[in-house]
Amino acid sequence: MAIDKNARYLESHEYARPEGGNFVIGISDHAQAELGDVVFVELPAVGKTIAKGATFGTIESVKAASDLYMPVSGTVIEVNEAVKNDPALVNKDCFGAGWLIKVAPSNPAEFDTLLDASAYGKAIGEE
Amino acid sequence: MAPFAGYDMPITYPTGAIEEHLITRRSVGLFDIDHMGQLEISGAGADAFVARMVTAKVSDMVPPMARYSLLLDEKGGIIDDLFVYRLVHSWWIVVNASNRAKDFEWFKAHAPKDVAVVDRSDDTYMIAVQGPRAIELIDNVANLAVSGIQRFNWGNIIIDGVPVLFGRTGYTGEDGGELFFPAAEAQHVWELLLAKGQALGIETKPIGLAARDSLRFEAGMPLHGHEISIDINPIEAGFKWACDFEKEFIGKEALLAIIDKGVSRKLVGIEVFGGVPREGYEVVSSDGKVIGHCVAGMFCPTVKKYAANAFVLPDYAKAGTDVSVVIRGQPRKAVVVKRPLYLPAYRR
Repeated sequence: MAIDKNARYLESHEYARPEGGNFVIGISDHAQAELGDVVFVELPAVGKTIAKGATFGTIESVKAASDLYMPVSGTVIEVNEAVKNDPALVNKDCFGAGWLIKVAPSNPAEFDTLLDASAYGKAIGEE
Repeated sequence: MAPFAGYDMPITYPTGAIEEHLITRRSVGLFDIDHMGQLEISGAGADAFVARMVTAKVSDMVPPMARYSLLLDEKGGIIDDLFVYRLVHSWWIVVNASNRAKDFEWFKAHAPKDVAVVDRSDDTYMIAVQGPRAIELIDNVANLAVSGIQRFNWGNIIIDGVPVLFGRTGYTGEDGGELFFPAAEAQHVWELLLAKGQALGIETKPIGLAARDSLRFEAGMPLHGHEISIDINPIEAGFKWACDFEKEFIGKEALLAIIDKGVSRKLVGIEVFGGVPREGYEVVSSDGKVIGHCVAGMFCPTVKKYAANAFVLPDYAKAGTDVSVVIRGQPRKAVVVKRPLYLPAYRR
């Protein structure tokens, strides 16, 4: 499984990757593989402020529906419209074209509390 | 892998559920469906016995015909759905894995002395080869052209030395066939079909349970335990066409009473906007009343829709009726639609 070393992770498999002063948020390669074919993604409206650990959307695969949790608190500044129209992008390129939302953080230091690539790799049983 | 009626079945192969679905619609899907059961019914009284046990008309069936039917209890509940093959000296009944033991006991319990009911499931392997190029593939491995066999007929063929009962049947909405042959030859036939597909440039892939479900769902075919069950009768599920009221069969009296009285719910297709409907979700009318529940639901890869099958109050069963489906606590806009979403290739 690929792990983006520039990102940090929640144990529930969402990642946050710094981009300028903001964060790109999505789900990990491990998560997309576990979910199987993603068929539906529901994302919040731009402008919404959501706390770390709160639900920001839903992702549904052929198998199951899962909530998406915020890795960092912040305000949604952009939503990936492409992934809403083509949810399979999450399977094809979760760290790239399959990103979910971009967030302006309200407390950037929260990033440091997330699992780094190495710790996340261990958490999912990979070195 | 998932346990299914005592078998370990792949939900998907590495190809993935959506792509497996689409491959079956555009080329060939290979289905390892040995879990399906096969009963053989023979003897002097077999014709009359089968006619009384199953709902479909069988009196006009001669070899090599095969036909879809239901098996009912006295109350009109659906014990199982079946494919009935008229063989030369017997009847070949293909049943669902999870109902195999129940079906066998039911047939046996009703069989008169001059009828033998034998469970052939353990000796018989079953593979379905489905898709627009399935017949072309089998034509290239069999000793005779299966393209000469009509839809819902069967033929005896030989594939690389293996005797195969080939039914031009299947449960995907595509052309193709179902192969019955000695269980010891399973790997041989499976690998031969994959290899031959590759050699001929006919895209051929193994298909898992998830795609098997979405293929049958799109094509409007029921799955026992969902659209049909012991607690569901054929009238409310829309299967009156599979019942021959010109003859006697178990459950007929109950069905006539249901028809007379009118049904209390109807099976409908529902397209949902904004989420994936799944089994158990509530269906709500535009004025907020719970009018039924989904019995199956999913993303349909060919028609690219989120859809459910649901039993709803008859007043809301008309195509075009606006409803909503409650997805994880949120009512989502939805509309009753005509079934099937995907018209089977052989009905066009």
